[in-house]
This record gives sequence, C-alpha cells and structure tokens, in this order.
Amino acid sequence: MAREIGDIILDLKGVSLSFGGVKALTDISFDVREHEIRAIIGPNGAGKSSMLNVINGVYRPQEGEIVLRGEHFSKMNPYKAACAGIARTFQNIALFKGMSVLDNIMTGRTLKMKANLLQQAFRLGAAEREELAHRAKVEEIIDFLEIQHIRKTPVGRLPYGLQKRVDLGRALAMEPQILLLDEPMAGMNVEEKQDMSRFILDVNDQFGTTIVLIEHDMGVVMDISDRVVVLDYGKKIGDGTPDEVRANPEVISAYLGASH
Amino acid sequence: MAFFLETLIGGLMAGMLYSLVALGFVLIFKASGVFNFAQGAMVLFAALAMARFSEWIPGWLGVANPIIANILAFIIAALIMFVVAWLIERLVLRHLVNQEGATLLMATLGIAYFLEGVGQTIFGSDIYKIDVGMPKDPVLMLESVFEGGILINKEDFYAALIAAALVAALALFFQKTGTGRALRAVADDHQAAQSIGIPLNRIWVIVWCVAGIVALVAGIIWGSKLGVQFSLATVALRALPVVILGGLTSVPGAIVGGLIIGVGEKLSEVYLGPLVGGGIEIWFAYMLALVFLLFRPQGLFGEKIIDRV
Amino acid sequence: MIYRENGQFKTTYKTDQQIFPILQDRWAVLVLIAFAFVGIPLLVDEYMFRAILIPFLILSLAALGVNLLVGYCGQITLGAGAFMAIGAYAAYNFAIRIDGMPLLGALLLGGFTSALVGIIFGVPSLRVRGLYLAIATLAAQFFWDWAFLRIKWFTNYSTSGSVSVSNLEVFGWSLDGAVDKYLFCLILLVVFALLAKNMVRGAIGRQWMAIRDMDVAAEVIGIRPMYAKLSAFAVSSFIVGVAGALWGFVHLGSWEPAAFSIDRSFQLLFMVIIGGLGSIMGSFFGAAFIIVLPIFLNQFLPWLGGLAGLSISVATVSHIEFMIFGALIVFFLIVEPHGLARLWSTGKEKLRLWPFPH
Repeated sequence: MAREIGDIILDLKGVSLSFGGVKALTDISFDVREHEIRAIIGPNGAGKSSMLNVINGVYRPQEGEIVLRGEHFSKMNPYKAACAGIARTFQNIALFKGMSVLDNIMTGRTLKMKANLLQQAFRLGAAEREELAHRAKVEEIIDFLEIQHIRKTPVGRLPYGLQKRVDLGRALAMEPQILLLDEPMAGMNVEEKQDMSRFILDVNDQFGTTIVLIEHDMGVVMDISDRVVVLDYGKKIGDGTPDEVRANPEVISAYLGASH
Repeated sequence: MAFFLETLIGGLMAGMLYSLVALGFVLIFKASGVFNFAQGAMVLFAALAMARFSEWIPGWLGVANPIIANILAFIIAALIMFVVAWLIERLVLRHLVNQEGATLLMATLGIAYFLEGVGQTIFGSDIYKIDVGMPKDPVLMLESVFEGGILINKEDFYAALIAAALVAALALFFQKTGTGRALRAVADDHQAAQSIGIPLNRIWVIVWCVAGIVALVAGIIWGSKLGVQFSLATVALRALPVVILGGLTSVPGAIVGGLIIGVGEKLSEVYLGPLVGGGIEIWFAYMLALVFLLFRPQGLFGEKIIDRV
Repeated sequence: MIYRENGQFKTTYKTDQQIFPILQDRWAVLVLIAFAFVGIPLLVDEYMFRAILIPFLILSLAALGVNLLVGYCGQITLGAGAFMAIGAYAAYNFAIRIDGMPLLGALLLGGFTSALVGIIFGVPSLRVRGLYLAIATLAAQFFWDWAFLRIKWFTNYSTSGSVSVSNLEVFGWSLDGAVDKYLFCLILLVVFALLAKNMVRGAIGRQWMAIRDMDVAAEVIGIRPMYAKLSAFAVSSFIVGVAGALWGFVHLGSWEPAAFSIDRSFQLLFMVIIGGLGSIMGSFFGAAFIIVLPIFLNQFLPWLGGLAGLSISVATVSHIEFMIFGALIVFFLIVEPHGLARLWSTGKEKLRLWPFPH
C-alpha cells in the first residue's frame, strides 16, 4: 500500500458524555493516527454514534478533551471541527433533500469559497470564477464516485445506496484530513457494500485521508481497518488491531451476550 | 390602590378569556403537534353559528323562550363544530401527517381563511348579539377595605367562573377518562400510541372537537360581551403569546400564561401606555413572548425541546 | 416538436450553469421581457396599469423577497408586511429629511433600513424555528404597526397620520404617468430578480437551502447557521423593504400604516405558497394569481349568481374569496408544495419528451 501510517493526529482523552442522568460515554480515551483507518465497533446503544458526535462537536462532552494535531479543544463545535478539517457522513443520511446531487456536493465547498454576498449577487468576475473552479473540483469527486449520470437529479429521488454515496461525496468535497463515517454500509446489499468499501479504501489510499468509521458488518471492519476500538455500554472494552480485538475475551463476551 | 386592584382584576378577567383560547391551542398541539392558527376562526365560526341559530330558532319552531332557543342553538353549534373537526381531520390533517411544523402551521392558516369565509357567507357578516342572560350590571366589592370599594363587572365575573369550570372539566377529562389517557399517550408519541392500538385519526377528531367546544364557549363569552363580529377571529392572535409564555404543551401553562398576559397588558397600558402614546397592549404581549423565545423557548411550564441528530 | 434541446451540447461548466440552460427558454424569456417593456405600454390602458400591472410588479418583488426567506432558507415569516412598512417609512424619512435625496437613493436606503431591522428580528431564528419563529415575526408585525401609527416622528407629525410623496423623478425621468411608473417598477423587478437568481444558484443560496433542508448536517460541513440565517433575513428584508417603498411611493402616493397590516403579510405568504416555495418564477406566478383571482371573482360570481337568479353582494364575493384562498392554500400544501412553479416545470418536462411519454 502506498500510504504510511503517521503520527497521532486525533487524540481523545477521558471523554464522558451524559444526557440528563443517562450516561452515553464513560471516560473514553483513544487515538487516531494519520492516514489510518480506525474503526469503532460495539453492540447497539454502545455509544458509537455519540462518539462521532463528540469528535465533530455536535455533542459537548461533560468531561475530557479532544486534541487535534496538538491543539486542545475542550469545547468543540461543528463549525470549528469543519474548519479543522473534519468531515463526516451520517447514519440516517442527512442530505439536503431539495437540492440536486451537484448542489449537495457543492455545499461541501462552502468553507473554501470566499466571494462575498454582493459579488455573488452580481456574479462579478471573482464569484463566477470561483464557482467554476469549485465546480471542476466537484466534478472530480463525482467522477471518483461514479455518479455522473445523476448529477442533476434531486437527491430525494435517488435510491438509498446512491444517497449514501452522495453523502460521502459531500464529505469528500471538504477535502478533509479526517473523515468520520457513521455506518457507511448499513442497509446495503453485498454489491453496494463492496463498492462502498472500495471507495473508502480508495479515499484513504489516494488522498491519504484519515478515516474513523462505525460499522456493524464485522467482516468489512476486520478487512479494511487498521485498528479497532470496541465500545460497550459507553465504555471502552477493547482497542487494537483487528486480530487483537478478535482475541479479546471481553469483546467476545460482549458480542456473544455472555455474562457481564 | 383601589384603581390598581381594579386594573388588576380587569386584567385577570381578560386573561381568563385568553386562557380559554390558549387552551384550544394547547389541546390540539399536544395531541397532534399542529399549531392551530385557525383557533380564532373557530371561535368566530362557533360564535356566529350560536348567534344566528339562537336568533332563527324561535321563528322556526315558534318557541319564544330564550333559554330553550339558546340551548338548542348551543347544541346545534356544538354539532357543527364536531362536523368541522371531522372534516378538518378527513380533508387536511390526514394528508399532512409527519409534515414539518411550519407546513402544518400554514395549512391551519388556510383553514382559518376558509372558515372565516364560509362562516360569513352562511351566517352573514354584520354584528350579532348573543344573549345567554348574563347580568351586565357592575357591582361594588370590598367596600369595607377601600374607600369607595372597587368596581367589577358582574358579567366578567361569571365569564371567569365559566372559564374556570371548563378548565377544571377538561383537566378531569384528561386525567380520569380512558379517552383522556389515550390523548395523553398520543401526545407523548404518535407512533408508540398507534402501535398499542390507539386509533390516531379518531383521537384527532376528538381533540379538534374538544377544541371546537372550547372555541364555542370562548365565542359565547366574548360574543355576549362585545357582540359577534369579524374581530373575534383576531382574538387568536392576541392569545398566541399566551401559549409561548405558558408553554405549548402545558394546560396549566395556558391558564397561567393567559392570566399573566391579561394582567400585563392592562397594567402596561395603564401605567406605561401614556408615556409612549398608548395602544401598546397590542404588542406588549408579543414582546414578552419574544423575550421568552430567546431565553426560555419552552415557556414557563412546557417540556424542554431536545433535538437529536 | 419545437421544444427540443438536441444538439445543444455544453462544453464548459459556464454554459452548463446558465440560468436558462435550454436555448428555447432563453429566447422565450427575452421575448417576454421585451414584450413587457415595449408591447405592454402600447397595448394597455391606464386602469390596467394602476389596478393590475403596477401592483403585480411590486407585490411580485415583495413575494420574491419573502420566498428567499421562506422558500429557500426555510424560515417562516408572518411579518413581511411590517418590513414593507419599514421600507416605505424609512424611504419617506430619508426623502423628506435629506435635501436633494434622489428617489432611487431613498428607495434603496429604505431597503437597507429594512434589512437592518430584519437582522435584528431574525435573531430569534438562531434559537427557535417553525411556529416559534412565526410568533417572533408576528411580534415584529404588531410592534411596527403600532410604531408607525403612534410614534409621530415617523410620519413627520402629519396630523392625519398618513404621509404622501409627490414629484417622483429618477435621473431626470419623471414618473408621472402610469406607463412611467410601470416601466420603473419593471426595471427594478427585473434587476432584483436577476440578483436574487444569482444568489440562489450561488454559494449563499446553497447555504440557505442546506439550512432549510437539514440544519445539523449544514453546520457539520462548515456552514455557519448564524451567517446563513441572518443573511437570508437581511436580503429578504431588503427586497421586501424596497417593494414596500415602491408600494408607498409609486403605487399609493400617500399611505397609512394599514396599507402594510398583517393581512398584507398573510397575502405575501400565500403568494409564495401558491406560486411555489423555493422558486423565483413561483413568486411571479403567485403574485399574479392572487391579484387576478379577486378581480376575476368580482366579475364572474355576480354573473354566475345572475344565471341562477341570485344577487351576490360585494361582501359575499369577498367571503368567497377568503374561502377559495383558504382552500387553495391547503390544497397546494397537500398536493403540490412547490406550487404553480412545479406544475409549470412538470408541464415543460412533458413537452421536452413529447410525443414520447417516457
């Protein structure tokens, strides 16, 4: 493989999150290295999605901090996370339903577009040039994801598998350093899963993007990820390479439902 | 002091009526998540029906007794409100299940226009009287406490009593009857309620029907005070801030919110109004609501709104 | 068979991103605009201008502004009338208090004032949405209704409470005749429609729509909700404010606060719903529909009543108008939330494929 796993880029330290009295995450620490594919697995309700929501600032943890390339964030918010190069996809696709595929992916370029309101209204030189330059970039992503044939289709009309791909495309348009994927293959058939795995590996390979993903399909996770974190009831019960995790007795008991 | 108390009591009386209209809002919002902008139109519609039937019935049946005429008119108006509720569920709500709040709001705005149009086409658009025999004479109270006592309108007093009785009846209905429990279940979670066999559509008809009756009572009280006319429909606009203040999902909130707004309007108009040219009661309540929206959107008694990703 | 795009290949992204990518559409729009500028002034009489065309142009402009906020950014407003009023009264005050203020300057300053107030009343949108926001905008409506009625400074201490303007002139072109007024409004409408279209097909428009469709996801990809929402409030209020100033200055000439009451706000919202939420074209359709329908009913219903031997009073016609509007709103929300504009584009789509149904 072309990529080389680098230093720690994202480090979570002692993160705890609760809603009202309900603890969603308890004192979780793990790190993510540059260019790696890091999976978070665990049974339903283990706190996986909450973990992603903490990383990109949708939820504010009560305790703990996030260290991103040496910078400490005790209060992350989604906008800061986006500026810092974190993109994500959503478990229940959160596309902009009233917009076309092209526009959806173009929104991913928001942070990189600088023309002000007046320039845009009059579509003066700068705004027009910028629009075209970013369109070209977006077309590259469309090519990469092989969705040229639907670029002008409103996303609401697309089948589920394609929507998932557009969701990925929108995240990629941000040219993120870290890409968070929330169950990218949930509800897909085998073929779609294969396609999606290929895209994820290609993204990681070609752009060197660090990927943190949540996935239920064990086969896929073990195949494509470098290291795996296992959560259960909001606690970390395992961390390591796929083989190490597979051999971890606690993980086995959590998955097979043996005694707690 | 006596003047202040008079103002205060006047405000409380007006507030009681706001509470009644607000109660209609809350009932429907709780059970269907619809913010019913048409509540005011329903008040107008119900009051028009009541006023006109009580006028027509003596001629049709040859009964001169106003009590019988009023009772018959009340029954007919209530039946009409039932039909209106049923039609709204059938023709509108059923087709808008799971739509966003704003869409539903606009739909009820459409219903409001429609009801106002139909009501005035059928029943006419002049000013009509409702006379249910409420005494109009003012009485002096607390003469022993203050010199000269304070002046209270008997009609207001009875109106407040009726409103309070209605609120109590509704509270009982909600807490003690099976239908009331079903309503609360639906309010908590549509799908869960449906899955244990509560018929959503019927519940909605019932709740709109109850809101219709509340509108009828409010319409009768306002109508006998001010006459039945188009401006009744705007009462809803006056009562809107009440539900923000009290909390959209809270019956006690509607009551307390209504009283606060009623008193606040009167006091601000009397003591603050002259400083800025008067007429501030129109927007005072709204500004109060705006402050709540910014700092406590769930209102005084409402449930906190949590958005999940 | 004429409506075909065969052979119209796009070789650059620029040509692909035109407002009307299909050649026939571009021609049709150009012909329509040319007709509006040249043909209509030759064909139409004074009454038609004053009663229908000028109100249509101005209310189209206002509906356009409302549509940017409600249709594109998803922030409901029931206070558009207040922002028309702010535009009108601000323009009036700029015009009378600053010597030599040109008409165009007063109109635009009216728009800017309205935009500023719009930003302030847009702040609640950062905390609440849907009906809660509707109530915040109602607060604006009632507050400004009152302010323009009771705070005498705004009306320059006019004893009757109404204000009036006269001798309208733009760069030496005096707007006395109905045709001149019509042309002036038409120019402004075309310019603002173009600017609005540019915005909604550009980065800011995408931000608005993203906030409308899924605000959490929008924030995650780096859209600041505050900027997106407040810019929508500002731009929308600006356009609505200019429309209000035009309504006062050009259409009415002299006016009272009642010209911009809550009924006006509802009317604008209805235009947007019936015409099509999230469509520039829809704003025009909606405005046309809502202006023409009452005029049509006023002619048609008495005639219909006459056939049936009934006499239908003016009041009844206006009640029936209420019913029809109410029913139409519900109908469009249920059956076609994108309004007349969607019906139009569906028709065009069919025409492109005709005579082959698929």
